[in-house]
Amino acid sequence: MVVGHGVRCLSQLAELPELHQMMRQTCRDYAQKELAPIAAQLDKDHRFPAKQVQELGAMGVMAVEVPESLGGAGMDYLAYCLAVEELSRGCASTGVIVSVNNSLYLGPILKFGTEEQKKQWITPFTTGEKVGCFALSEPGNGSDAGAASTLAQREGDEWVLNGTKAWITNCWDASATVVFATTDKSLKHKGISAFLVPMPHPGLSLGKKEDKLGIRASSTANIILEDCRIPLGNMLGERGMGFKIAMRFSIPQQTLDSGRLGIAAQALGIAQAALDCAADYAHKRTAFGAPIGKLQAIQFKLADMALATESARLLTWRAAMLRDAKKPFTKEAAMAKLAASEAATFVSHQAIQVLGGMGYVTDMPAERHYRDARITEIYEGTSEIQRLVIANNILKEYQQ
Amino acid sequence: MSARVLVGVKRVIDYAVKIRVKPDRTGVVTDGVKHSMNPFCEIAVEEAVKLKEKKLVKEVVAVSCGPQQVQETIRTALAMGADRGIHVEVSGKDYETLGPLQVSKILAALAKKEQADLIILGKQAIDDDCNQTGQMTAALLDWPQGTFASEVNIEADKLKVVREIDGGLETIKINLPAVVTADLRLNTPRYATLPNIMKAKKKKIANVKPADLGVDVSSRLEVLKVDEPPQRQAGVKVETVHDLVGKLKEAGRI
Repeated sequence: MVVGHGVRCLSQLAELPELHQMMRQTCRDYAQKELAPIAAQLDKDHRFPAKQVQELGAMGVMAVEVPESLGGAGMDYLAYCLAVEELSRGCASTGVIVSVNNSLYLGPILKFGTEEQKKQWITPFTTGEKVGCFALSEPGNGSDAGAASTLAQREGDEWVLNGTKAWITNCWDASATVVFATTDKSLKHKGISAFLVPMPHPGLSLGKKEDKLGIRASSTANIILEDCRIPLGNMLGERGMGFKIAMRFSIPQQTLDSGRLGIAAQALGIAQAALDCAADYAHKRTAFGAPIGKLQAIQFKLADMALATESARLLTWRAAMLRDAKKPFTKEAAMAKLAASEAATFVSHQAIQVLGGMGYVTDMPAERHYRDARITEIYEGTSEIQRLVIANNILKEYQQ
Repeated sequence: MSARVLVGVKRVIDYAVKIRVKPDRTGVVTDGVKHSMNPFCEIAVEEAVKLKEKKLVKEVVAVSCGPQQVQETIRTALAMGADRGIHVEVSGKDYETLGPLQVSKILAALAKKEQADLIILGKQAIDDDCNQTGQMTAALLDWPQGTFASEVNIEADKLKVVREIDGGLETIKINLPAVVTADLRLNTPRYATLPNIMKAKKKKIANVKPADLGVDVSSRLEVLKVDEPPQRQAGVKVETVHDLVGKLKEAGRI
């Protein structure tokens, strides 16, 4: 439902369409009233915000891009990025829970699933009652996704999965997962296929919840597959298509490229929350007889923080709009994720500096933003990988 | 029931914004300031939509008086579930001096034109705190009123309203058509869902001028000046209850 399907010119990015403004406002209101007041406690308790996830489901936010016929909101990717940013501004953990469900779980099924699979694996996951997760990384490989060693062997009318997946966000709270396993290691990345596994399920167990630095209200753990049997119909897409489904390579709207934007949006939310905190403090805290906001040192920091955030935001919006226009957006998505995650760590770092001692204690949210920000440079493609993606695209553009 | 409900929604400065008085003391700064729907109007819309969901009313019409920007407020009501909107165009000086008397004349005229069976308004706006529009509208229409409602039920063709009053709760039964004003505890307004925001885009907002309704919006009131409340003074600490009583007597408080 984008107004006009062409890519809007950059000057139009300054003013979002009314529809997007309204949904941004509703997410902002929700985040301010329902998420921000509990975020610190959720972080302290490492508690999954089940009630809020259900409320967000009722609002349509757990399945922004899913068509209404399947139970989703039927909106575009720009709307989704706006939603994740606003929610993350209130609570970064809730932001990633929403992002993983939308981009990494629903995304590939929407794109590559059969009609039957969509009904079974999408509709129940749009309401907030159930969330999904995405199992690609393993203890032995993160960035090197092609080296996956989780095996899928066909036995009669079943697939049997064996192996361990690592760092899986949402897994302790999920009711299904998209798992990547190889049917033939010799084919390397071409041997990887995607499978849908319900949770709980015999043969699937969860490792201990990781005790993380940040985003503690979202669960992260290993998924261990031991003789995990699933029907043949649970393969997502075609055999050997797994890597393409996960990555890029000539298929538009590939999962990780899209997931990248979800994380970019989360990072923007964290950066904005840290900026809010610092700017507010600059008004209130006095030193040398005046609010510290009057000092150039603080002003320069705030300017740099705002610039970093705003630049990353425009990159994110542009990438989302390209995706909505069904144009290639791999380079732009990598730029957005890189810029936004580095903005989040930079801004939250400076926010603590602006707050001084108060930035170091849990009385103020600055320390939580700092801890939450750090992961955005790592998951869904490390900053190093993003740089490789950007460089590869640049070199291709300049191909002799 | 084929009832049609008119809900008035007012665009006001957002409740979280720090209000600043204009240097010329003629009013408060509104330029570039965040505005949203009056919180009591949100409660009114929510109640109307709930009545529709219970199939006790058939159509919810959201009305707002003001310049172009109030269309955002009407759209928010549509996103919450109202069926259509009416934008009564009032701008410039007329908008600055628009008050409960003119608005209630407009609402009364619209209620007749739209053949409304029920009008639900917020009990008051958070900018002027007048708490008059509902009462005036009822008087102009000669309709019964249930103000400060914390509970509304339709029973047969009567309205049962529980009102929040000094000293407790009062339950009254009034005939329809009627005017109800919403108090804080009537309900908790819903967040607009994404699908409803999409649907709201397709709903119609009709434009109408006060003159079309035969209403003169000129004001009989003149604002002389607007000032900030006096700066809060520091308190005084006393040692004993005896001292406290003495100080209060000194200040003429007891």
